[in-house]
Amino acid sequence: MEISDRVRAGDVRAMARLISLIENGFPEATSALKGLYPFTGQAFIVGITGPPGSGKSTLTDQLTQEFRRHGRTIGIVAVDPTSPFTGGAILADRIRMQRHSLDGGVFIRSMATRGHLGGLAKATNDVVNVLDAAGKEVIFIETVGVGQDEVEVVKTAHTSIVVTVPGLGDDIQAIKAGILEIADIFVVNKADREGADKTVAELKAMMALGPGRSDWSPPIFKTVAIEEEGIVELAQGILAHQAHLDQAGVRQERQRERSHALFLELLQERVTRRLLERAAANGILEQTIERIAHRDLDPYSAVDEFLEKAGF
Amino acid sequence: MVEERKIRVLVAKPGLDGHDRGAKVIARAFRDAGFEVIYTGLRQTPEMIVSAAIQEDVDAVGVSCLSGAHMYLFPRIVQLLRERGADDVLVFGGGTIPDEDIPKLREAGIAEIFTPGTPTSVAIDFVRNRAGRDRK
Ligand SMILES: Nc1nc2c(ncn2[C@@H]2O[C@H](COP(=O)(O)OP(=O)(O)OP(=O)(O)O)[C@@H](O)[C@H]2O)c(=O)[nH]1
Ligand SMILES: [Mg+2]
Repeated sequence: MEISDRVRAGDVRAMARLISLIENGFPEATSALKGLYPFTGQAFIVGITGPPGSGKSTLTDQLTQEFRRHGRTIGIVAVDPTSPFTGGAILADRIRMQRHSLDGGVFIRSMATRGHLGGLAKATNDVVNVLDAAGKEVIFIETVGVGQDEVEVVKTAHTSIVVTVPGLGDDIQAIKAGILEIADIFVVNKADREGADKTVAELKAMMALGPGRSDWSPPIFKTVAIEEEGIVELAQGILAHQAHLDQAGVRQERQRERSHALFLELLQERVTRRLLERAAANGILEQTIERIAHRDLDPYSAVDEFLEKAGF
Repeated sequence: MVEERKIRVLVAKPGLDGHDRGAKVIARAFRDAGFEVIYTGLRQTPEMIVSAAIQEDVDAVGVSCLSGAHMYLFPRIVQLLRERGADDVLVFGGGTIPDEDIPKLREAGIAEIFTPGTPTSVAIDFVRNRAGRDRK
């Protein structure tokens, strides 16, 4: 049986192995992904982002429990950063989710960023597609602990949850930059700590100042993830957003945006790779760089020249 | 562009003892060696460890045990991996393991035992040399 057929049948080993092939950029991965693509688009994808240690993994664990109670199957992609110095990584999100490891309805995969910026791993999208094609109904993506601009998860998720905690002080200003616009739902976790209401008030004030969205006003949920408090409400909030997306046709719009981003990304990667491979093979790359370095040629004309030669 | 295949290792603490200092030290050493380390924390049953190892598609599983239950826990992990068709995953162990138990553990399919005091570099070299060698 082809690996893609085994993935569709929910074979855990096949899913896990295919994800590794994808992460390592092996060509077999692409052919399997081609076969799986027609079966994607079924899952509901939830992104969970927020500062380091804010409780993203604990919330993911609790939400998984809550959705399992309603019989939904779950896929989880948990991303942690790769050390830029060693290329290694400690992927520790899973610690908080291990109680689901024996549940056949839950598949958890830890991923390292491997140098990719934006809060996700480069292969995240493809991995989500694998889980989707394997029939996982709800997919959670936990991003690396981020502060501001790493908001790539919105490109993949239908619902983006931004987690914050009381007492970040000025940091709440820091998260406002890119993140305020991407949040479909805010969570103030660790609400057992002092200042949760103040944080909620600050978020509300910031939203009032922001550009505002006519179609959806992001709700704010207070949770104590370690005590399972506020989880049912948060899960309902996710479902409400899902219903809103379907009703407003926004989900299709997001699907189109996602396809657009995905296509551009792939195209960029492939075009660049092919051009560079050719240029490296016939020595043009080396020569061109040499000329730019010696100021015999400016880089702008070099690119023009290069593209012309490539037939563009 | 085929990127270099990353070595992935699951580090887990089976059994009921609450000491994970050793496991954390080895997890960090593996990261510094360029491995991706999935750390699952304390009090893991062999079933949980094997299930995680399969989902994470690791090359190796490193388990440390101080409770004395290694003669049950380590072989059970190997056995469960076999049952699930994942006998290409390398299993190695550490912790307070009496010398006389080591041959028995090897016989049960544990690839190597690192007793306290073994430099982390030895474990790193071991994993690097053996990881993925039998990968199916
Ligand atoms: N007091 C309190 N602690 C919490 C709460 N939720 C999570 N924690 C604790 O906060 C710590 C970090 O939780 P995680 O779930 O690992 O946070 P995270 O955002 O996934 O962390 P990174 O992935 O490292 O960025 C853990 O020690 C949790 O037990 C909460 O509601 N209240
Ligand atoms: Mg986490």
